[in-house]
Amino acid sequence: MNAPQSPPLIDVEHLTMRFGGLLAVDDVSFAARPREITAIIGPNGAGKTTVFNCITGFYKPTVGRLTLRGGDRDYLLERMLGHEVGQRAKVARTFQNIRLFPAMTVLENLMVAQHNKLMRASGWSVFGLLGLGSYRKAEEAGVELARDWLERIELLDDADRPAGELPYGAQRRLEIARAMCTEPRLLCLDEPAAGLNPRESAQLNQLLVSIRDRDGVGMLLIEHDMSVVMNISDHIVVLDYGRKIAEGSPAEVQDDPAVIRAYLGTDDEAIDG
Amino acid sequence: MGSRLPPMLKDAGLTAFVAAALGIFVVGFRTVDQGRGLTFDYHLVDLAVAVVTIFFGRLGLSLAADGLRWPAMTLGAVMIAVGASPLQLPSGFLHWFVALGGVLLVIRGAWPWANDAMTAAARAPSGVTLSRAGAKWSGWLLLAGAVAMPFTPFADQKTMDLGVLILTYVMLGWGLNIVVGLAGLLDLGYVAFYAVGAYSYALLSTQHGLGFWVVLPLAGMMAALFGIVLGFPVLRLRGDYLAIVTLGFGEIIRLVILNWFDLTNGPAGIGSIPGPTLFGAVFAETAPAGKQTVSEMLGIPFNGIHRLIFLYYIILLLALITNLFTQRMRRLPVGRAWEALREDETACRALGINPTNTKLTAFAVGAMFAGFAGSFFAAKQRFISPESFVFIESAIILAIVVLGGMGSQIGVVLAAVLLIGLPEWFRDLGNYRMLAFGLAMVLIMVFRPRGLIAHREPSLRLHPVRPAGGG
Repeated sequence: MNAPQSPPLIDVEHLTMRFGGLLAVDDVSFAARPREITAIIGPNGAGKTTVFNCITGFYKPTVGRLTLRGGDRDYLLERMLGHEVGQRAKVARTFQNIRLFPAMTVLENLMVAQHNKLMRASGWSVFGLLGLGSYRKAEEAGVELARDWLERIELLDDADRPAGELPYGAQRRLEIARAMCTEPRLLCLDEPAAGLNPRESAQLNQLLVSIRDRDGVGMLLIEHDMSVVMNISDHIVVLDYGRKIAEGSPAEVQDDPAVIRAYLGTDDEAIDG
Repeated sequence: MGSRLPPMLKDAGLTAFVAAALGIFVVGFRTVDQGRGLTFDYHLVDLAVAVVTIFFGRLGLSLAADGLRWPAMTLGAVMIAVGASPLQLPSGFLHWFVALGGVLLVIRGAWPWANDAMTAAARAPSGVTLSRAGAKWSGWLLLAGAVAMPFTPFADQKTMDLGVLILTYVMLGWGLNIVVGLAGLLDLGYVAFYAVGAYSYALLSTQHGLGFWVVLPLAGMMAALFGIVLGFPVLRLRGDYLAIVTLGFGEIIRLVILNWFDLTNGPAGIGSIPGPTLFGAVFAETAPAGKQTVSEMLGIPFNGIHRLIFLYYIILLLALITNLFTQRMRRLPVGRAWEALREDETACRALGINPTNTKLTAFAVGAMFAGFAGSFFAAKQRFISPESFVFIESAIILAIVVLGGMGSQIGVVLAAVLLIGLPEWFRDLGNYRMLAFGLAMVLIMVFRPRGLIAHREPSLRLHPVRPAGGG
């Protein structure tokens, strides 16, 4: 784990999200550090995905500040348009229900993720239309990046198949690779282990750990699968009814009476697995 | 078979009964004004013929569905024979009704064989590779045929006219394919941009004396500008909402053209629009002052068909440019973003793609090609009026794209030939040609629900395709 004094990658301060009369997220504050996996857990309806949607620009928070520390400047995510969060602040995400581009091939999915970079290289399509060499080089580099990721998620042989034809577990991995192809600072994963069998789940753990250690990307992780959460998280934030009820290392959270009461209940087995 | 027949007969009887009950008020009675108030005119024989046809038609369909292909096809053949016979049925329409019913039955009966043959072909070793290579070759063959067409013996006035018409729709289809097929934006007002292009050329040429080749790019830019102006507020809408707004926009443009009398001459239209020139020479028997005719320039005798051949090559070139441009765009990031937007807009936003700008480029590019086609149309017709830009045109172009197979370039060509060519060839059928048009659409929808060509070729590959015959 990193030294505690390293500055946080993202600071979530007093985040509140209200839908009409429903208070989905109520004054939640936490921080996630670079090169760490920060898990957000909580029972169904605790507001985890809403927090994600606020961070990734899909919702405008009612109250609160979301500061992302880039290399040289800070980005206030709550003030950015939806796509700018990905384009400028470099926050990437995956979805609870997989959202690939099913009719496009696996490789094309990874190329679309590099859109902004390639768009600049193609001179907003002008150089590309003229077939200039600079764009061709950029595209080749893009394909190389995609190939690296396909190797890491073991889908190299399926590169030219439509993404919608892949088995479920492969689609989950592909969605993570696609998010990583945007070369993000922060990767937000919404239940990446949902629907995976134990073997695939273990593979996913390895992939996430390698993204943290090898690529040095900070991650926010929503997950119900405790074997994933407890094994790989550096830091855990627990939400219940939209409020933060606990925060700390996996060991601390496991022993927190509030967490056991609200979330884990009497079922201790789930945390041991 | 004996045990299966009664339920079929019962079913057919029920269908005939429903048809009779529904038809009796529509077909059976007609009110006639006899001067002394309304009286009834009875058409019960018409109704009886229709009901009997429906009875046997339904019976034939049940037979075919049950695997009894030969009886179904025999029934169909009998119906065709009755329809085509000199038998005195009460109206000409009934002849067609009976005969078309028979044709449907025969097709339905023969369909399983055609289907088996197709699946067998698809399952054959390296079938996928073969069909891909086939698509590529058929494209080049079509192109060679199109280039050589004016020099073949069929190239009379009528055929050349039809060729120009079909190519115009191919180009419009390819243009709309960018918007609907690639970007997935349902545009029901595409003809508006066609109109903008046509009026741009008509006005700039008749009032400012600009030539076709100067105005062509201007008309395209003008239409693209309209695309951007319209697209900016409406492209945040999705699906049905976008379709309704574009439908409205198409009508607004037409109404503005109709009513802005000072600019567009309203419903009277704009006439004597100059045609396109070849290196400054005009296509006419006698040249206007200070100009040269093409026949003088080339030293060949004047023939009216030269102009048509020239127009044919212009639209062929324009259509090919549209196609090449689209093919190239598909391989660029913006083209891939269009397709990604069609697949999942939310995922696009999460990847940092600006959905509004991306849609706007698709809309503007599509509109630009409609503008080119429009100015060609004005130069070809030499007269344009708002009547040429009604909603049905948008609908036909959209039908070409959808029936061709969304996003498929060669599918658009096939659908344009089918939907534009066939009704023209069958002009002798009179009003029934629209029936044939509808029938063609229904048949395509039933048998090829994803369009004539549903195969999507990836914009780039990591692994080269294995050569045919390698498996």
